[in-house]
Amino acid sequence: MHRIGVFVCHCGSNIAATVDVERVSNALAHEPGVVHSVNYQYMCSENGQQLIKNAIKEHNLSGIVVCSCSPRMHEATFRKTAEAAGLNPYMVEIANIREQCSWIHKDVEEATEKAIVLARTAVAKLTLNKPLVAGETGVTKRALVIGGGIAGIQAALDIADAGYEVDIVEKNPTIGGRMAQLDKTFPTLDCSACILTPKMVDCAQHEKINIYSYSEVDKVKGFVGNFKVTIKKKARYVDETKCTGCGVCMTNCPSKKGLNSFNMDLNTRPAIYIPFAQAIPNVAVIDPEQCIKLKSGKCGLCSMKCGANAIDYKQQDSFVEREYGAIVVATGFKPISLENFNEYGYADNKDVITSLELERLMNAAGPSKGTLVRPSDGEHPHVITFIQCVGSRDVSGCGKPYCSKICCMYTAKHAMLIREKYPDTQVNVFYIDVRTPGKNYDEFYRRAVEQYGVNYIKGMVGKVYNENGKLMVQGSNLIDNEQVTIASDLVVLATAIEPDPSVKDLATKLTISIDTNNFLTEAHAKLKPVECATAGVYLAGVCQGPKDIPETVAQASAAASKVIGLLAKDKLKGNPCVAHANEMTCTGCSQCAEVCPYGAITYENKEFRIGGGKTEKRRVASVNPAVCQGCGACTVTCPSGAMDLHGFSSAQILKEVEAICKR
Amino acid sequence: MQEIEKNQKKPLIVAFCCNWCSYAGADLAGSSRLSYPAEVKIIKVPCSCRVNPIFILKAFQRGADGVILCGCHPGDCHYSEGNYRTRRRMGLLFSMLNYFGIEKERTRIEWVSAAEGAKFSAVMNDFAKTINELGENRRLEDLRCKD
Ligand code: FES
Repeated sequence: MHRIGVFVCHCGSNIAATVDVERVSNALAHEPGVVHSVNYQYMCSENGQQLIKNAIKEHNLSGIVVCSCSPRMHEATFRKTAEAAGLNPYMVEIANIREQCSWIHKDVEEATEKAIVLARTAVAKLTLNKPLVAGETGVTKRALVIGGGIAGIQAALDIADAGYEVDIVEKNPTIGGRMAQLDKTFPTLDCSACILTPKMVDCAQHEKINIYSYSEVDKVKGFVGNFKVTIKKKARYVDETKCTGCGVCMTNCPSKKGLNSFNMDLNTRPAIYIPFAQAIPNVAVIDPEQCIKLKSGKCGLCSMKCGANAIDYKQQDSFVEREYGAIVVATGFKPISLENFNEYGYADNKDVITSLELERLMNAAGPSKGTLVRPSDGEHPHVITFIQCVGSRDVSGCGKPYCSKICCMYTAKHAMLIREKYPDTQVNVFYIDVRTPGKNYDEFYRRAVEQYGVNYIKGMVGKVYNENGKLMVQGSNLIDNEQVTIASDLVVLATAIEPDPSVKDLATKLTISIDTNNFLTEAHAKLKPVECATAGVYLAGVCQGPKDIPETVAQASAAASKVIGLLAKDKLKGNPCVAHANEMTCTGCSQCAEVCPYGAITYENKEFRIGGGKTEKRRVASVNPAVCQGCGACTVTCPSGAMDLHGFSSAQILKEVEAICKR
Repeated sequence: MQEIEKNQKKPLIVAFCCNWCSYAGADLAGSSRLSYPAEVKIIKVPCSCRVNPIFILKAFQRGADGVILCGCHPGDCHYSEGNYRTRRRMGLLFSMLNYFGIEKERTRIEWVSAAEGAKFSAVMNDFAKTINELGENRRLEDLRCKD
């Protein structure tokens, strides 16, 4: 039998001025199931709450309805009150007779009647409430960071500094990411390696950080606080524990024609290599496509020369399974392919290069040792033309519709650095708009124009073609309203950036969503910029959207702080208003799992008794309450009506409908 | 006869509001004292996608004259894509109801954000006006299971 108590609040005169509270509490006293109904001036006050607590005990109430302000205001308060009096906090319903009634109606008669209906509706719902207990799960106090660029490094260091273990999984043989390839960074022009490599070393030396380089995430199972991840360690054919990084193997390798991807394929490297001098871990790796020994069985020179006896041609991919409480995705970006942009002649002219290639050409550790030369003939270029927005802000479908955000600034940086080092060089920049929001960014760009005399031309480039060894850049000058053709020695394309392609596969494994441009989607564009809709997964860096280094670092630290907050908990308390399947009626059709945005639903083959001492095995849905967020999408999709939602069950809502429609 | 009945019976309107946007929008309408007719009664659901077509059928069967469904703006659903499902699902239901003779003006989906108190009140005023003009929903009368 229900023993419901109704508590009507005056809210001073906020409610009582328009709603006849006495009439409401009297009317409700006669509702079936209601054993106690009173009104009071301020229910949320100390005294009001005490009044509720006393009544719960005195009348042995099974549930309470508080007719007051919006549940968004005081539902939590009254749930605590109920709990303090020994009632399950989910046996509380609120009738919103302030925001939805007294504040918007003037007529006392009308408002009182509506308040009675709202209160009755809440009572009707409450008759079907069930005590709910929020589930608790433990938390594995270790984080996984996927991607070892500056975003991953920063997140890992922050989490580790807070005292938690972190694993970094990096698909390349070394951490460092794109930032390791850069020469200088805007707007301060400090050398990228100088600020990045100490952080890489910190990662390697941190006792809480474990780096899985040349590795990939293979499988992800579990949920927030309890992820189980299988990591694939690709065969590097070198024993990491023995290799000292001395480099003797590299000098002795006879197969030296592999393209050096760290240098954007601008020069070559041996089949056994260390990507760059400051690589972490400083361990060689063999490219199996290029290694003579691995391809034909003959050679083995590196093994003979290796003093540490680290070469292992028989090494295989291996798998490790690790547990984590939280995951940070920091998979970064790559420049887009230029195959759709034949007009710039990138494929046909060696001296048409991308900005990232220019970074390598200007870097002291790059293929030209930092002397800026033309890739075709090694000559010093005298006229250099930059083209901005190559593939960015492109709605034609060839490129990307978004602004890549970093190109305006790095082009200004390149232009400035070239003019500084080679004052005899003429530098032109074709731009659509120059976008420089950011601290000291516009000042930086203005310096390029005013102090360094970089020739900015507003207009798009239509064509780049080779004429007698000169690159003719044909474009429009919108300010002077004329067509221009600039004979150049080197053309640099500020190429759009896009998420690293590995992110697509990873998103599926993590059940996180991806937008039409393959950027990972945050849980809320404004208020949850580093969280994912999937609890326990966080985003850092360009995988979420174009960003420069300061923004990436800020986001990585934000993600880290979220991870630390999560790992600091011993138990995670869930929201008990989650979905659940009725195994008797579930047919295992899988439709619910398809609509679940969180991947909370799995299927189990279970034995059921079917009478006569027989059993039958059936596939039924099972909801993980720690993952379910309680949206209810599955309940409506389920064709057999087996899915329901605690706290908002179909029966409860139908009861509310009936109560409202009762004339 | 009909005229008299119309005057006697106030229309009944059920409004389903998702917890994250529209319910908060209704609260804002309240705290901004933006009135709308008392015949509108709100049922809170976690997300607009929690609303089963059966709830709406039940409301009409029980004598509701109009049912309105409010959710977050497309793209803003707290559960990321719930309201897209709602939109597709309800599109089908509403045309089916129309086919059954329940005028399609008696059902509506509106996207109301937590900041749109004024929109909430305007939508409800407009919807109530439409329902008043349509009069009582007699179509499912025979099916009504009145207690
Ligand atoms: S939460 Fe508002 S529509 Fe989904």
